Amino acid sequence: MKAICFYFQIHQPFRLKRYRFFDIGNDHYYDDEFTNEDILSRIAHRSYIPAAESLLRMIEESKGKFRCAISLTGVVIEQLEIYVPEFLDLLKKLADTGCVEFLAETYSHSLASLTDPEEFQAQVKAHDQLIYEKFGQHPKVLRNTELIYCDEMAPMIHEMGYKGVITEGAKHILGWKSPNYVYQAASCPKLKLLLKNDKLSDDVARNFSNPSWEAYPLTADKYMDWIASTPADEQVVNLFMNLETFGDFQPRETGIFQFLEALPRFAAERGVEFITPSDAISKLKPVAELSVLHPISWADEARDTSAWLGNKLQNEAFNKLYSVAERVRLCTDRRLKQDWNHLQSSDHFFYMSTKHFNDGAAHAMFSPYETPYQAFTNYMNVLADFLVRVDEQYPKSIDNEELNALLSTINNQNSEIEMLNKELQSMRNNLEHLNEEHATRAAVAEGKKLDENLKVEEAAPAAKAKRGRKPAAEKAPKSEKKPRATKKAKADGQE
Amino acid sequence: MFGWEFPPHILGGLGTASYGLTKGMWECGDMDITFVIPKPWGDEDRSFAKIIGASQVPVGWRDVSREYVESRIGNVMDPDEYFRLRDHIYADFNYMRLNDLGCIEFSGRYPDNLLEEINNYSICAGVIARTEEFDVIHSHDWLTYPAGIHAKQVTGKPMVIHVHATDFDRSRGNVNPTVFNIERDGMLHADHIITVSNLTRNTVIDKYGIDPAKVTTVHNAVTPLSEDLLNVNPPRCKEKVVTFLGRITMQKGPEYFVEAAAKVLRNNPHVRFVMAGSGDMMDKMIDLAAARGIADRFHFPGFQKGKQVYEMLKASDVYVMPSVSEPFGISPLEAMQMGVPSIISKQSGCAEILTNVIKTDYWDIDAMADAINAIVSYPAMHDQLKEDGLAEVNQITWDKAGRKVINIYNQVLHRN
Repeated sequence: MKAICFYFQIHQPFRLKRYRFFDIGNDHYYDDEFTNEDILSRIAHRSYIPAAESLLRMIEESKGKFRCAISLTGVVIEQLEIYVPEFLDLLKKLADTGCVEFLAETYSHSLASLTDPEEFQAQVKAHDQLIYEKFGQHPKVLRNTELIYCDEMAPMIHEMGYKGVITEGAKHILGWKSPNYVYQAASCPKLKLLLKNDKLSDDVARNFSNPSWEAYPLTADKYMDWIASTPADEQVVNLFMNLETFGDFQPRETGIFQFLEALPRFAAERGVEFITPSDAISKLKPVAELSVLHPISWADEARDTSAWLGNKLQNEAFNKLYSVAERVRLCTDRRLKQDWNHLQSSDHFFYMSTKHFNDGAAHAMFSPYETPYQAFTNYMNVLADFLVRVDEQYPKSIDNEELNALLSTINNQNSEIEMLNKELQSMRNNLEHLNEEHATRAAVAEGKKLDENLKVEEAAPAAKAKRGRKPAAEKAPKSEKKPRATKKAKADGQE
Repeated sequence: MFGWEFPPHILGGLGTASYGLTKGMWECGDMDITFVIPKPWGDEDRSFAKIIGASQVPVGWRDVSREYVESRIGNVMDPDEYFRLRDHIYADFNYMRLNDLGCIEFSGRYPDNLLEEINNYSICAGVIARTEEFDVIHSHDWLTYPAGIHAKQVTGKPMVIHVHATDFDRSRGNVNPTVFNIERDGMLHADHIITVSNLTRNTVIDKYGIDPAKVTTVHNAVTPLSEDLLNVNPPRCKEKVVTFLGRITMQKGPEYFVEAAAKVLRNNPHVRFVMAGSGDMMDKMIDLAAARGIADRFHFPGFQKGKQVYEMLKASDVYVMPSVSEPFGISPLEAMQMGVPSIISKQSGCAEILTNVIKTDYWDIDAMADAINAIVSYPAMHDQLKEDGLAEVNQITWDKAGRKVINIYNQVLHRN
């Protein structure tokens, strides 16, 4: 039995407004609201909403036979909440059919997996949480930003509890192998890999409306023929694409929605099933191990990370950003954390690419900037302001470890003070009891004078005790510093 | 070819461009080039073109001996050439102020009596056109259009004019009617017009009302720098240096540079600004820098020539050309050759062919200040622009431009 595994990506970054260097330190608002709203609502109405409606119809008409996966980033959810909340409702409807699987990914569409595992884990966790809140699903399969994957990441991903990863069927990795099987990660055989079928995905995403393409026009009938005619033992055809393919890259007039909606019928005629990534991973047996030494992705001709980290500008911006990662994790300021998430979006680096020819055209098409240099300047100015804000919270003169220690000292002292306060309170209570007892015992004979004297005598030692404890409290955490510090860091990482 | 300047004695970009183009065309082969300039100095590179100085062209008969001619002008002209030219004097110009050889004196610069000098140049061109053998007349810039027209009328050979600038660029719109008329006259008489950028091409078409079909853009290029110049080693300032280099005139937009400098210095005091060159707006700029309170970080080293220019560039971290209207603007290309990142105005012709530079509108001092600050504060930006810029500018060579000009020649000669 042959199966098709569809997965649709939804992502839009928070685009930065034109931010001049003299705004650094003065203006802490970075978003270009107008552009963000304009782009998101345009794409949502041209593409996301009609495409989701099509998927819903396909599921209903096929009585649940049509299944697919959707992944959307945290930053796009944030934007959808503001600008197009009706699309989120539609996605919820899709989730409720039980035929749509939501995948795990990084919250901000970030490149953290390439440099900072701790940040990566934190982001994926935050995203999982958000997906559960919105759609009631706990993702089981991970889709890293832009399908970035390499061997090094596999054990970590498995440890985080994911059974499989979605990535690119890059030619230089596969060689003679076919992407139409489930593979195992070489560095962690328990982790399954689903590889994108480059050709068949691109036929829809890129070639569909190209009249000079030899297979033009593409019909659902013809397309299903191609899939059905792949060798009989090939298990699964992975078709991964952006959801904007439907309605935006391929406009409505090209008939892309009719094409999409006709797929289940022709698939059924040929006995081709639809499955979700987690179905594929649990039902199908992996055929071999696949080793990916250097990170691959689904972007650009090279299918590597050069789309975001291909030149000096990109590397400089990237390294500057992540140089404060640890520090930002120590912060508790919500706005700072939010900006940190938005700044991590890989799109910002994508705009800085200086590639030429076809790749360059793709970069230029998505970029809100005229040139990569402008993209870099604007981003660096924003980043400079962001760094100033991080620095204001925790000055650079203190290194991270020291800061960690100090923070835990403060925390320890807080709890110490709380304990002491409690003690003080109970002592006071005791004292009152004592006084009451005395009052009853001494009764009339002693009179009020003695009672007052006693009160003064009792209160003095209590105050002494309080003063005496303080230096001890300051000392105590010092011995505790190290273990507490690491615990704190871990706790932060898990948040 | 008629030109006004020729290296090494140049006053602006015109000489460099005419030289580069001539050499580029010569490299394409199968071409004899005679280049006429007002006043040769004797140290011009004559390896690829025959150079005739108008100041050595007799327009009045003088009975002089070969030895005398040899001793007088032997360093700039072959005496045989003098006698051949003398045989083609077409009218009596003795009423004019001629020297002992029957020639008119030229300054070879841009003197106050420029119009008179242009006229004299055209008189000499008549003699030369009657003497020399050629297929095409090529006039560089308006100063030589009358000479070209004269040569065309005498010989009937096709004339191509090369528009390096128009008066609209030089005057920011306040066109001098005399100059405009000379320019337009040249354009109307020309069989084909070459412009150095699409910007200039549009000016020629819109402002001078010329048929677009006979106007073609051939972008300028750069001559590779010698090792000697590339390796100049001037003392470097500890702080970042931002340089403006060019005539300090209205056309070059110097005031925008000063304003941008003031913006940068308000936030980033560790930068120095240099405005090298001279011009009629220099005093005004000094006043402006003082008024903005940045005179301690804003320097005016004056006019730079020859090697000094390259030393200046080498010592800079950013080169800025905020020209209000620049037909082409070769200096950013030179800066790129020296590995200096450039910021240029979108209103300059070279912006049409360069990608690894920062382009801003000349009036957008915010953007300019931002770009300056980015290059001096982010080393990655500087390095990327430097490397990519160098690679890019090395591809812009004169032989490619020369090839295009030759194609235009073939077109006007109806050859294929």
